[in-house]
Amino acid sequence: KDVLAGKPGAGQAMYDLPKFGNVSFLHFTDCHAQLMPIYFREPNVNLGVAEAVGRPPHIVGESLLKHFKIRPGTPEAHAFTYLNFESAAKTYGKVGGFAHLATLIKQMRASRPYAMLLDGGDTWQGSATALWTNGQDMVDACKLLGVNAMCPHWEFTLGEKRVQEIVEKDFAGKLDFLAQNVKTNDFGDPVFKPYVIKEMNGVPVAVIGQAFPYTPIANPGYMVSNWTFGIQDENMQKMVDEARSKGAQAVVVISHNGMDVDIKMASRVTGIDAILGGHTHDGMPAPIVVKNAKGQTLVTNAGSNSKFLGVLDFDVRGGKVQDFRYKLLPVFANLLPADTEMQTYIDKVRAPYKAKLDEKLAVSEGLLYRRGNFNGSWDQLIVDALMEVKGADMAFSPGFRWGTTILPGQAITRELMMDQVAITYPTSTLTEMSGETIKTVLEDVCDNLFNPDPYYQQGGDMVRVGGLAYTCDPKAGSGKRISNMMLKGKTIEAGKTYKVAGWAPVAEGAKGEPIWDVMETYFKSHKTITTRKLNTPKVEGMQGNPGIAA
Amino acid sequence: QAQAAVDHASFQVKTLEDALKAIGGTAAASDQVSVVSPDIAENGAVVPVGATSKLPNTTEMYLIVEKNPTPLSCAFMIPAGTAADVQTRLKMGQSTNVVAVVKADGKLFSASKETKVTLGGCGG
Amino acid sequence: MADPMRIRAALAGDETTVRVLMSHPMEPGTRKDAAGALIPAHFIKDVEATSAGKTVLKAMFSGSVSQNPFLSFKFKGGAKGDKVVVKWTDSKGDSRTDEAAIA
Ligand SMILES: [Mn+2]
Ligand SMILES: [Mn+2]
Repeated sequence: KDVLAGKPGAGQAMYDLPKFGNVSFLHFTDCHAQLMPIYFREPNVNLGVAEAVGRPPHIVGESLLKHFKIRPGTPEAHAFTYLNFESAAKTYGKVGGFAHLATLIKQMRASRPYAMLLDGGDTWQGSATALWTNGQDMVDACKLLGVNAMCPHWEFTLGEKRVQEIVEKDFAGKLDFLAQNVKTNDFGDPVFKPYVIKEMNGVPVAVIGQAFPYTPIANPGYMVSNWTFGIQDENMQKMVDEARSKGAQAVVVISHNGMDVDIKMASRVTGIDAILGGHTHDGMPAPIVVKNAKGQTLVTNAGSNSKFLGVLDFDVRGGKVQDFRYKLLPVFANLLPADTEMQTYIDKVRAPYKAKLDEKLAVSEGLLYRRGNFNGSWDQLIVDALMEVKGADMAFSPGFRWGTTILPGQAITRELMMDQVAITYPTSTLTEMSGETIKTVLEDVCDNLFNPDPYYQQGGDMVRVGGLAYTCDPKAGSGKRISNMMLKGKTIEAGKTYKVAGWAPVAEGAKGEPIWDVMETYFKSHKTITTRKLNTPKVEGMQGNPGIAA
Repeated sequence: QAQAAVDHASFQVKTLEDALKAIGGTAAASDQVSVVSPDIAENGAVVPVGATSKLPNTTEMYLIVEKNPTPLSCAFMIPAGTAADVQTRLKMGQSTNVVAVVKADGKLFSASKETKVTLGGCGG
Repeated sequence: MADPMRIRAALAGDETTVRVLMSHPMEPGTRKDAAGALIPAHFIKDVEATSAGKTVLKAMFSGSVSQNPFLSFKFKGGAKGDKVVVKWTDSKGDSRTDEAAIA
């Protein structure tokens, strides 16, 4: 069944990447604690607005293939797009997994022994085992993988104390946890190291870390109550200049800004050779070259779920970067044998939880995926479960971009369910909301996604809604994008109250059973999960936008 | 010694227009004045806001949060030798423009910046 | 009596940066308590900072300055060891004075 695996050496061509230059960075990001190979469907809706219309990453499907000159029907076409997902996934098999990623990293390091391995964050959250071990399984996996430096986002949802414990105990002297934009709330003192300077082939290079700027807003602020974040362009410029003045001849940023924010930052801050980006989970085959006042900056984004490894080679001569090569390599588990040492570690760390992880909760008749601006079938299943179990008129589920994919006929194990819901604030809620409040919530999230200025965006997707129909005009102004809100054929009234179920509240003190209990209750009464009918808004004004496909 | 044009009663006015009136009238927009305020507030109760002025002889600086019930939030008197560069933290109930007005050589100049106050949630 | 202020004054080049954290509820007088009763106004109205006998900043606050107000400013002419003295007065007439040496 695995066509590629059947051909000896089939993987060699894809991973045969001759070394270039004298400075190299290996980059993965947003693995969301996926130690095992998984399926992951890329989005068919990733709309750009204003300057971002049609600009990577806001191109999907055929448009993406065309833009990056990728032949349809190839393994790369499968890795970078949603096209023919079900059949292609069966053909090419699973992607990612730390044991397979480790093999690819070792292969790259064989020709580039000096390369630094950089992790773009969202590493300690996203799986059952990461949640149950308080991030420890990933911390140890990253050390074993040989990560040199990382920047954070979801890491912070383990709380300030746990983050500092890992940085001070587990990482000390081994792995640099970098964030130039995290400061204390009182006097604004730096909390973490902003950058690190290392030598490669005698060339000093600097790596600066950028944490997700909106962590206390997108995630519970009370978990990081003593710290403040923000984009902090000015301080970034200061750090770049400082690193350069200390002799750095190449400067790269590992960023968790999200790609549109990185592109804007690259146009404002000078002296950065490359921003290796994450957060928005965009698997971009090639960098965007952004011009600024003093030169240019490459901006990349390396997808999610340990599905890709970015390889950036610089030719540094005469004190500066003269040329570069970049490749985002898909990690096909069938083409890259599992690294024995890493596999042994993974098996060991999973062993105490194995039975619980493997327990079958239901079987899915249809494809279950999450990613996309408006909805995914996994989210539909979650809002369906919330409405039924909690007896709600409608349900909201956050626009998380992480979460793996289930093929038709595949069993939903507890592990695969937890891939969608494993967070430290899993409370499910049932709230009476007025029609006016519902509109305010939708408008608020919509502006975080479609504000024409990326610095006002937060990089998540639109809140998923069950029960509620609406029209969305991404190009309209703030507070004017949502219209025609209907429930069961009736117009939502501003003054009327509705029962709304949800989960993952960012405010402190919400009460309710964790979302996984809601899901398990639902699975107990629906052993077979029928193909979901997606509730998506009517989208206006996006005709011809290459960020949306059927 | 610099003395403020405003008195404490000025802090009770309800609109941006009245706040500007209390300060002394129309202020000309100037690229020499800048407002430091986040694009998105992390916590509407504690938003870091500041102002800087590159105009010579800046003697007074005001911070106004347009959508607050009482928009005029604070006034600073800048004696000679002190930089026209101040920062504080303000409350904001909703997304709003933050306006800085400065008096330099007796004339008023201003700059403004939008800060979004959001409900939060979600994330990639 | 309100808690003491935390003051940092640091000299870099010829400029002293002063950062102050005051301890105060900053009740604007417009909020209601759980029972629906108006919480009376109680906020810092005036702040004055002096160094070497000279006023280096004066500020007037309203109730929309955040709880436990923060203030940062810079002045020239300070020397290491000089005291920076900060005094606030609130809407109830209470006041507090604290100081820090320039480091
Ligand atoms: Mn993220
Ligand atoms: Mn992520």
